Amino acid sequence: MATPILQISGLTMDFGGIRALNRLDLDVHAGEIVALIGPNGAGKTTFFNCLTGIYTPTAGEILLTPPGSARSVSLKGLKPNQVTEKGLARTFQNIRLFSQMTVLENVMIGRHCRTKAFILGAVFRNAATRREEREIVEMSYAILDKVGLAHLANEFARNLPYGAQRRLEIARALATEPFLLLLDEPAAGMNPQETQDLDRLIKEISTDGHSILLIEHDMKLVMSLSDRIFVMDYGKKIAQGKPAEIRSNPAVIKAYLGEDVDA
Amino acid sequence: MLGFKEIKNGLLVSLWFVFLTFPLMVVKVDPVERIVSWRWENSIYVAIGTFVIYCVVKIIMQHRTGNAAVEKEAEQEKESIIHRVLASPKQKYTLIALLLAVAIAFPQFSSSYQTNVMTTALMYVVLGLGLNIVVGMAGLLDLGYVAFYAVGAYTYALLNHHFDLGFWAVLPIGGGMAAIFGILLGFMIVTIFIVNRLQDSRLGRAWIALREDEIACQAMGIDKRRTKLVAFALGAFWAGIIGVVFAAKTTFINPASFTFLESAIILAIVVLGGMGSIVGVILGALILILLPEYLRALSEYRMLAFGAILVAMMVFRPRGLISNIRRTYHSDKKFHPPIQH
Repeated sequence: MATPILQISGLTMDFGGIRALNRLDLDVHAGEIVALIGPNGAGKTTFFNCLTGIYTPTAGEILLTPPGSARSVSLKGLKPNQVTEKGLARTFQNIRLFSQMTVLENVMIGRHCRTKAFILGAVFRNAATRREEREIVEMSYAILDKVGLAHLANEFARNLPYGAQRRLEIARALATEPFLLLLDEPAAGMNPQETQDLDRLIKEISTDGHSILLIEHDMKLVMSLSDRIFVMDYGKKIAQGKPAEIRSNPAVIKAYLGEDVDA
Repeated sequence: MLGFKEIKNGLLVSLWFVFLTFPLMVVKVDPVERIVSWRWENSIYVAIGTFVIYCVVKIIMQHRTGNAAVEKEAEQEKESIIHRVLASPKQKYTLIALLLAVAIAFPQFSSSYQTNVMTTALMYVVLGLGLNIVVGMAGLLDLGYVAFYAVGAYTYALLNHHFDLGFWAVLPIGGGMAAIFGILLGFMIVTIFIVNRLQDSRLGRAWIALREDEIACQAMGIDKRRTKLVAFALGAFWAGIIGVVFAAKTTFINPASFTFLESAIILAIVVLGGMGSIVGVILGALILILLPEYLRALSEYRMLAFGAILVAMMVFRPRGLISNIRRTYHSDKKFHPPIQH
């Protein structure tokens, strides 16, 4: 089997005396959709924050290997923007759009790390800068079209309905050209119709060649999407496997439903 | 009309004002004669005045909320006129050409006092636009902006003093006020041009995104430290340039010219005008600099009136005179709303 594009080993994160992540191992292979589930407070979002450079993990290793490449890079200790440059982008559990900017501009921000015009380019608008801006606009429109928001491109992001805001977050992350996309509870607060649309969108993104790692509470969505599932509780991994295996795993059922329930 | 509750509040507010103005309005100490006179009648005037103003404001506010919908529509209409003119390039350039013609003709037809006042106003326009990069776009609070202004002024003054760098030195004497005015006008136009271009560039978008949400911004691959530093540096650049002009214009500088109050005024220009809006900042600078000057007719009361206007502005237009508009982009392709499944 090829090298996993994301290989995490022994990831540990301490906050003062509290161990939020305890020697966690996880891997994602190219083209996979992997879900990370677990009860509230299990440390899933902390895990994402360690991965994306918002926190620096206390111990452990995070290795990223671009698909088809033999060279791995360590993400440990990198700043969030450097992590994004390496090809890993994320969305947020609580929507963090740039609300005073237009929908299109939100996506254009995602192109920042793949473009390079600077002060002089902005002031003189030479041919190279104009071409780059044109490409940013066209590509952002194309991404918006993919998530079904192109007709709302010039609306303010804050004026979008909730489900559309979540899709815009995905579009913005896609604009950074990630090979691995991290989705933090993408279906949170969505109605069944919106969740169904999201299910289809994530499958499409996967078909386009992006690998996906998602945190999600909506079990129907998780079971429908995932190739493999990792389960966490109290900062530890308690199970991993295919959806069918996870569904009948006694440890998982215990973590979700409590001690007294028979598996 | 006003209910019992409003009247009660009005009376309480009047009492509070009587108390606050007591040392100023009632007690009068004559240090020469060593006597204290109590002017109790003044407290009655204060009470009546406060109560009347309170009631008038309340009635106006009631009226406003009553007609909120109408007002809002009218406001949008008003906003859209400015925005519409700016949106259409033809109208925009006509407007700019018109203003330019007026500005160029101005020193020829007005007194040197008027030119001087306008020169100061233009200096603050450039300062405001410079600080707008830092505060309005990147969202960084900069209370020491005037330091860069001082650096520019002292750099020029020292170079001129020790090395006798002549060109600028001749300006205040030879070229006169009109020349400085003209140069400033040029600076202002260049600043507007550059700030306008920055605003819709890759860098400008990054600043605004940084202002909106730092964590999301970093997660989108933007280097926070570098982007902030560039905003600070570009803002400081304009302050330095205007510092040079200031030193050349006044031919005398000392640290008293660069106090915290100056920083605060420039910040007020940006906030009052509308953070991030170029037209707003220009208007803000003109109002904040020209108003105290033309209120001189009111002599002692001018700063009081100035303060009152600032407070009124914050009450009625807390987001600034002119809100910022974002540029819209269009694709070569046509997009339609997705079909609902």
